[in-house]
Parts: sequence; C-alpha cells; structure tokens
Amino acid sequence: MAEHSDSATAETFEQPTEFAFDSASRAEMATILAKYPAGRQASGVLPLLYVVQRQMKRATGSAWVPRVAMDAVARELGMPPIRVYEVATFYLMYNTKPVGKYHLQLCTTTPCWLRGSDEVVAACRKATGIKGWHETSDDGLFTMTEVECVGACVNAPILQVNDDFYEDMDAALTAELIAALRRGEPPPRGSMTGRLNSAPAGGPTTLTTLDSHPAE
Amino acid sequence: MISACPARARGDWDGTAAILARGADAIVEEMKASGLRGRGGAGFPTGMKWSFMPKQESERPHYLVVNADESEPGTCKDRDILRHDPHKLVEGCLIASFAMRAHACYIYVRGEFFNEASNLQIAIDEAYAAGLIGKNACGSGWDFDLYVHRGAGAYICGEETALLESLEGKKGMPRLKPPFPAAVGLYGCPTTVNNVESIAVAPTILRRGAAWFSALGRPKNSGTKLFCISGHVNKPCNVEEELGIPLRDLIDTYAGGVRGGWDNLLAVIPGGASVPVLPKSICDTVLMDFDSLREQRSGLGTAAVIVMDKSTDIVKAIARLSAFYKHESCGQCTPCREGTGWMMRVMNRMVQGRAELDEIDTLEQVTRQVEGHTICALGDAAAWPIQGLIRHFRPVMEERIAQYKAGRASRPMPLAAE
Repeated sequence: MAEHSDSATAETFEQPTEFAFDSASRAEMATILAKYPAGRQASGVLPLLYVVQRQMKRATGSAWVPRVAMDAVARELGMPPIRVYEVATFYLMYNTKPVGKYHLQLCTTTPCWLRGSDEVVAACRKATGIKGWHETSDDGLFTMTEVECVGACVNAPILQVNDDFYEDMDAALTAELIAALRRGEPPPRGSMTGRLNSAPAGGPTTLTTLDSHPAE
Repeated sequence: MISACPARARGDWDGTAAILARGADAIVEEMKASGLRGRGGAGFPTGMKWSFMPKQESERPHYLVVNADESEPGTCKDRDILRHDPHKLVEGCLIASFAMRAHACYIYVRGEFFNEASNLQIAIDEAYAAGLIGKNACGSGWDFDLYVHRGAGAYICGEETALLESLEGKKGMPRLKPPFPAAVGLYGCPTTVNNVESIAVAPTILRRGAAWFSALGRPKNSGTKLFCISGHVNKPCNVEEELGIPLRDLIDTYAGGVRGGWDNLLAVIPGGASVPVLPKSICDTVLMDFDSLREQRSGLGTAAVIVMDKSTDIVKAIARLSAFYKHESCGQCTPCREGTGWMMRVMNRMVQGRAELDEIDTLEQVTRQVEGHTICALGDAAAWPIQGLIRHFRPVMEERIAQYKAGRASRPMPLAAE
C-alpha cells in the first residue's frame, strides 16, 4: 500500500537487461553481510537494495532499482526473486523507476502542513515545472515525491533532496534551493534559516552554561 | 581519539566497567527501581521488560534491538541522540545487552535518517577503536558487537515485531503475539526491543542511581523526557525536561509561546500523531506525563507536542493524519487495511462538509470497529485522532456540514464510503 497514487501519468522507461555489482558495491556488500549471523544473509536484502540504488546513481545519475538488479540481489543472498521484489515494492525508499538527479521528497504530513508545506510544494512545482507526484522534469534534473513524516518536525517544513534534509523551508527558500541545485551547487544540509539544528531560533534556552568543547 | 571526545567530557563512558561489574541482575533491579518507562510511546517499564529475558543463555543467542525507526508524526527526538549524542546510545547498548546477556545488538534506524545513521556509525567505530565495545568490552570480559541496520521508509517498522521482520529481510508486517520477542524474537531467539531514548538514558541512571532518576518527575512518571514542540509556536524546538511539566510552561518557556499568544491556541496533540487531540481548555492546565494525559483520554506517546493555533482547520489537520495511517497500513489485517482507507475517505468529505450529520456517529463507530481488532496498534493509532476530533470538535464538524448543505441545498448527499 506504499504508493501515493495522486498522479495518473503512465511514464514509460526502459528496464536494463543486465546488472552486475561493481567493485565499490562488492566492497560495501562484504561489510554489510558480515553483520548478520551465518544462514541469516536474507537480513542483507534492505542494505543490498541500497547498494544497488547507489551504484545506479553512480553509473547513470539516477538512483533506482531495476528488476534485473533485484534478481542479482536474490542470487547474491540465495533468496527467491519474489522475496526481493516484495521487499523492494513494500518500502517507499526504493525507487522502482528512474528518478531525477535531485529527488525532491516533500513531507506534507500534519506537522509540516501546519508550518506551510503547501507553500513549499507549490514553490517546487513552479521552479521545476513538475505537475504531479512521481514525475520527473523534462531536463531529468528533478523528481517530486510526496513523502510521509520524515521525523524532523521541529524543523518543519522539510524538503528532503536525495539523502539530505533541508529544514525550516518556505516558498522563497525553496526557490533559492532549486536554483542552487540547478547550478549544481547544493547548499549544506540542515536549517535554511540558519538556526542551530533543533534548538529554538535565536539560540538554546537550556544548558546555556555548558562548555561543550572543554580544553583538552 | 575517544579521550578527546566531547561525549566523554559530558560524562559518557565514565566507569562503564564498574557498572558492568555489578552484574546483570543488579543492573536490571536498578533500572526497575528507577521507574523508567519506555520512551517509544507505550510507556512500559523498561526494567521489567529487561527482566523478561531468559536468565541463562542457551544455544539460542540473545539480542537487543534498538528501535530508531522514529516515524510517529511530530516526533524527532531520537534523531538528535543519533546525530549529536550517539555515545549515550552506544554505551547504553553495551550495558543493556550485558544486562540481558546479549552479545549482539542491532540499531534499526529509519531509512530517511541517512546522515544520522552515518554519525551513529562513526561513534560505533570510535567505541570499537577505543576497546569500549567489541571483544572484552571495556575490559569487562564481555564480548559485544553493535550494528546499524537501516530501514527504508515504512512507518510500520516502528512496531517491534514488524521491525524484527524487516531486520530479517522481509516486508514489515507485525507478528501475532504471543510468542513475545523475549521468547521468540529476532531469528527466533530471545530479543528485547527498546526505544533509543530508553537505552540512551540507562547509563546515566546507573551512574547517578535509581533514586536520583525517580526523584525527577512525578510518582510512576519519573525522570526526564525529550519533548518535540512543533507546529504553531514561535520557536519550535526539542528540549529535555522533567516529566509532569505543565504543557503551558513547556510551550511558553522553551518554544517561545503559541503564535499570537496563549489565547490564540486552538488545540494540541500532546504525544505524536496517534494520541487524541486536546482542546485549549484542557491544555491550560494539563501536565505532561503518562498518567495525567491518560486521565484526559489522550496520551504522552512519544511526547511530540503538535501545537495548532486558531487559524488551523482542525478537521483537515486530523484528516491528513488519517491519510498518513492509510498510507502506512501494511495491509495485513482487514479492519486496518480497509478501515484506514474508509476513515480517510470519510474524513476528506468531513473537511468539505460533504456529509450527513449522522455520519459523524457512523465514523465514530467505525473507529471503534478498527480499534483493538488488529494485530498491531496501527489500527488504534488511526482511530484515536478521529475519536479525539469528534470528542472535542464535533460542533466544528457539524457547522462544516451545515455550511456545505446551505451552499448546495439541492444536491443529493452521497452515502458513507462512496
């Protein structure tokens, strides 16, 4: 039940016909599979799907998981392919079709909505020309996805771009951010209004006398 | 190096070996005496949970699994521990695992917390390098391995048995209980699942003593708690405070007050999306702890305080939560799979007022049909916000319906879940 179904567009894309883990992926996989006990390598399916997604990003610029890669994960872990397909489609963070270079993931759940997520969505649409959800801009730079609460609610509204959270957004900051991404200059992640993490705007109200970096 | 680590300067990893030397049973007893109740939402006593694990190791290894799948809308407290204070968690994992005779622990971090998981991994690597965990952790003779496992965008995996399924490489669908994880958990082995905040506070409790912790807060609601104050406040923030602080003090002292002043307050969801909303009249005086909020037929949950001022369309705010639970239902149990969608569709009509007055009662009855009739608590979580809305804001819903009728007097009304 994981898909937002707001968009009715039937995008066509090509599934590659082959997939092989590259050496960087192989190195990651060795570390991952060492975490789980013998005979429990199926635990590696979520992390391996991430490995695939990152490799696709490196190789093609689009972070997604093609069907043949799911088969490759199944072979690697000795699982029936269907077990990998059902995992890949159950969890929202695996893109089963190509996404843009910058995957704009917009939280619209109540805490973000209260702080103006509608405004952020509108600003993204205006700046990218994307109309529906799960759609990619014509230049292939941006994909917009509506996501549920990403867990940074005191910094709402949140716009997640690929792996990074951009916080305390509004329409103007969104337009600036998209423009910066277009230039290939992603700003540092975190609050876009310059506040310190989850501390209140203007600075902390607690532990104000704590020296967090004492002399060594 | 760890010796220069700010975490150590703040007291983490101070005398950990001595804590372990007290022995597993003494640690569990101290945790019980502290009165710590689980910080993930349910508020089950942590020490008691630890005591449910078998007292002897058998051929089946024991596991501690830490639930860092923080996903309840409004909640972002564990995120700060993971990214800024991960050594509290790492040390807690060692001590809790030792107390439950587990040599391995998995921390299941929600997938969206990519950077948070990366910071946590750095802390784990530091702890390994310093000999604090790994073989002969802290020189205690106890071997302990700690692993990070990332989820991939599924709220349901915050439910402990769905989390275990996910960790085993399956869809996150909750398991029937019993058997409980303490008997049959991860890989069929004895397992305890604890929230990040519960584990991260354990070392401090053991260093300062149960009496210190239980003196904070109120009876049966002891200690401090991380509060996440979001929504219509002047300065949204996370803050740690004693349990039992009046809600109004919490908002006024730390979050810069309600936007437009306290009198501009409409309602507060006091403990994350699933707990029933409270109107201003209750917010004026309610205390923020498990039992005080339960008396008001709401709950402390994760202590995620979502504040809404008078500009809020309260029906729409709750309807968006209905959409959330519909989206996140795993689809395993019929009342939840069908009920969450049904409730969302009716709530969406209620936002417009496109309903009959008696449908409010029908909606309320359906929430009762979903609540308590599913394997896990997601059904309850979907039902409670609507129940809270009807309990406290029924006149708003009725007025909306009347307005719609006045605007479209001649149109026939659609039936319940059209």
